[in-house]
Amino acid sequence: MNIQNNERAFKPAEYKSAVKPVWCPGCGDHSVLLSIQRALAELALPPEEVAVVSGIGCSSRIPAYTNCYGFHGVHGRSLALATGLKVARPDLTVLVASGDGDGFSIGGNHFLHACRRNVDLTYIVMDNRIYGMTKGQPSPTTEPDWDTAIAPGGTGLSPFHPLVIALASGANYIARAFSGDISGCAKLIVDAIRSPGFSFVQILSPCVTFRPDQQKGWKDFIRPAMVPETDDHGRAARRLMTDDGFNIGVLFRGARPPYQPQPLDHRDPSHLEAEFVL
Amino acid sequence: MTQTGQETISVVLTGSGGAGVMTAGQTLLDAAASLGLYGLMTRSTGPQIRGGEAAALLRFGRRPVLSHGDRFDLLVALDFENISRFGAEIPLGASSVVIADPAAGDPPEFVVASGARIVHVELAKLAKTIPGGRISMVALGALAQMIGLPESAIVGAVAASVGKKKPDAIVTSEKAVALGAAAAATLTPGARIAAPDRLDSERWSITGNEATGYGAIKGGIRFVAGYPITPATEILEWMAPTLRQCGGVLVQAEDELASINMIIGSSFGGAPSLTATAGPGLSLMIESLGLAVASETPLVVVDVMRSGPSTGIATKSEQSDLNIAVNGLHGDAPHVVVAPTDVSDCLLTAQWATHLAESLQTPVIMLSDQSIGQARAIIDRPEDVAFTATRDIWTGGESPYLRYGLTDSGVSAMAIPGTPGGQHTADGLTHNERGTPSSQAHDHVAQLDKRQRKLENFDYSDHWAEIDGDGEIAVVTWGSSTAPIREAIAAARDRGAKIKLIALRLIAPAQPQKLAAALAGVKRVLVIEQSHSGQFWRYLRAHYDLPGEVTPIFRSGPLPFRPGEIGGYLAHGGL
Ligand SMILES: Cc1ncc(C[n+]2csc(CCOP(=O)(O)OP(=O)(O)O)c2C)c(N)n1
Ligand code: SF4
Ligand SMILES: [Mg+2]
Repeated sequence: MNIQNNERAFKPAEYKSAVKPVWCPGCGDHSVLLSIQRALAELALPPEEVAVVSGIGCSSRIPAYTNCYGFHGVHGRSLALATGLKVARPDLTVLVASGDGDGFSIGGNHFLHACRRNVDLTYIVMDNRIYGMTKGQPSPTTEPDWDTAIAPGGTGLSPFHPLVIALASGANYIARAFSGDISGCAKLIVDAIRSPGFSFVQILSPCVTFRPDQQKGWKDFIRPAMVPETDDHGRAARRLMTDDGFNIGVLFRGARPPYQPQPLDHRDPSHLEAEFVL
Repeated sequence: MTQTGQETISVVLTGSGGAGVMTAGQTLLDAAASLGLYGLMTRSTGPQIRGGEAAALLRFGRRPVLSHGDRFDLLVALDFENISRFGAEIPLGASSVVIADPAAGDPPEFVVASGARIVHVELAKLAKTIPGGRISMVALGALAQMIGLPESAIVGAVAASVGKKKPDAIVTSEKAVALGAAAAATLTPGARIAAPDRLDSERWSITGNEATGYGAIKGGIRFVAGYPITPATEILEWMAPTLRQCGGVLVQAEDELASINMIIGSSFGGAPSLTATAGPGLSLMIESLGLAVASETPLVVVDVMRSGPSTGIATKSEQSDLNIAVNGLHGDAPHVVVAPTDVSDCLLTAQWATHLAESLQTPVIMLSDQSIGQARAIIDRPEDVAFTATRDIWTGGESPYLRYGLTDSGVSAMAIPGTPGGQHTADGLTHNERGTPSSQAHDHVAQLDKRQRKLENFDYSDHWAEIDGDGEIAVVTWGSSTAPIREAIAAARDRGAKIKLIALRLIAPAQPQKLAAALAGVKRVLVIEQSHSGQFWRYLRAHYDLPGEVTPIFRSGPLPFRPGEIGGYLAHGGL
């Protein structure tokens, strides 16, 4: 993304709307909202030049809480909507917000193709390993033994690894953050926005209501990634495959040029008639 | 050509894969057009992905031809392999002539049963006498001779298509055409085409899908996302390069869920946007079409209908997506559905669809179909119509900005990202005027009212229907059924019948007052459509009070309506 140096400085509060979040007190998503505000202020992006696109879920409520342009679409399709917006309007900074259900389950196919297509988007997935909005069903990242009403005793299915999938699908930037560390989270979002092409940031964002274990547990596990960031797919693959899900930081940074189809010309459509005229 | 031939003539070329039937058909159409004839060409192929048997079905006339006739005057069979599968699509009669290669063996049962006169020309043997000679060119020569087209027109069309770079190919074709023509000259003549009037108008050769693409670009479309599907793919393929010449782009999506959402995003960004699909794709798009309704995002979805349900017959036509197009969305979700009446009308309808979507900030579904979309026709240059995309754009003003403000018209100005002060979140959740999510009854009702009001208040002008003629009997129809009905009505009028034709271009929202006015004085209504369950008739019953006696006539695809079949219905109705 091309970031110009804008004339004036912006405060994080200027990116917040008057709409009061519906989130539970203590939900990690409050901190993600704050991190996004800080990141946009750091980049001094005028709010009207930023669009935040989302699907459905607690996490996907975020656009209306920002003072940017927003689109709160249907469940699972935010990446497609954001792709159309960014291709049509390359001048905008487009953030996409999602949850582990929205992004990896119902929207899984779009995730693969967004990584592969490499449009210049920043994809923030608030992963709480649960469907929060529908009140506690397992998601593709939920542990196999997590007991829920719909899957008593656990699903018995091993969770999948979104970062590995992103790497295999061609994502240009892969990072993990923790909502409990707002300034660390904001720094990663700044970096992701600056990084050209498709940037994927998984933010571990606890659901205090349906995953009360996360609030305390995650703080103990979270650690900065021990090895420096890499642009090597092989090394990144090995690291991500053996990763326990709690290493924070930039885990892969590629150099693939973004996909941005451009018009070739701006001719009047009437010239196309020549093809039909006998 | 003589002045005394038939007004129209129908010919069909059949052959197995690689015989060059489609190219020959195209050459024939070009040749006829160069002589000032109008024409129509459709294709039929077997289920093989490539190769396999194929038929090029053509009809020419001194007047515009937009549907096939009742039977084929001439069938030229390069071989008889598997052509029985086309039997039902190739009606022949005792006056028909079949030119076949004696080496092709016995003609299939449907040919024999028709009583058509079968004549032999040694197509393959003659072709072999010329180095590089093609059977299809010999066949074209014979065909031209039989129906009275000059050989020079065929050779001219070959030259125009292969270009100056291949003078040898032109000479070879010329020889092959001459051999075919000489062989056919010894045969008893069959039906011949009357010479056309002087060619003084600009003519186009265009398919329905191309006309749709061009109409859309002319209407202002600048972003397209789509996923390939028969019979809509040609719209995407035609638009991919042409859009880029006109300031737009096309993205191939990973599926239809993505295509519809991509165009919601691009339209939110300010670009008039379109996708093209068929029934299976439209089914996948339905949830997001509701999002476009609720978020008031303008867009156009072209559904080139094919026989359904499910995968159905991907390559054959039907008018059976009307129900899903009108009623497929959950909740109360008013939107616009329009339909072109023929190949030429695709241009106007696509342009109008774009105009309606942009003006009303709502999704517009355009129901084309396979028989229109994949047909190529020689038409008069369509009239220029002026409407282009006109979106009410917010450029500043009141604060806070009310994206979904309750205006009298129901349309509220849309702020495009980048506009300072216009920030809002477009939402599929029930919202208030500002766009803020709300579960309050009054917001829900106010926004439902607003979205209905904008469709009801709009002036759809005369474009809502094609109305033709007068009489106490009216045929009400839509889409591709219109062209054969037009022809049947013209024939009935020649016999003194007075019949009015009303073909709806605007399917939804319904226009009860306009139709009532159009039906004033009518005592009998025939409703004609190509669906198995009478979807259109049932839709009319739900929204309109049709006067007098109403006779619904409906049947499924894939076989097209023919003028004679419609004429039978008209006669049966005591006309
Ligand atoms: C098509 C469709 N199916 C199901 C739902 C119901 N639904 C709403 S949110 C959601 C899951 C959200 O989970 P996630 O994306 O992890 O978000 P979270 O609430 O945890 O932040 C589901 C299944 C829906 N809105 N739309
Ligand atoms: S249910 Fe969970 S994810 Fe949803 S708002 Fe409450 S804490 Fe957050
Ligand atoms: Mg979740």
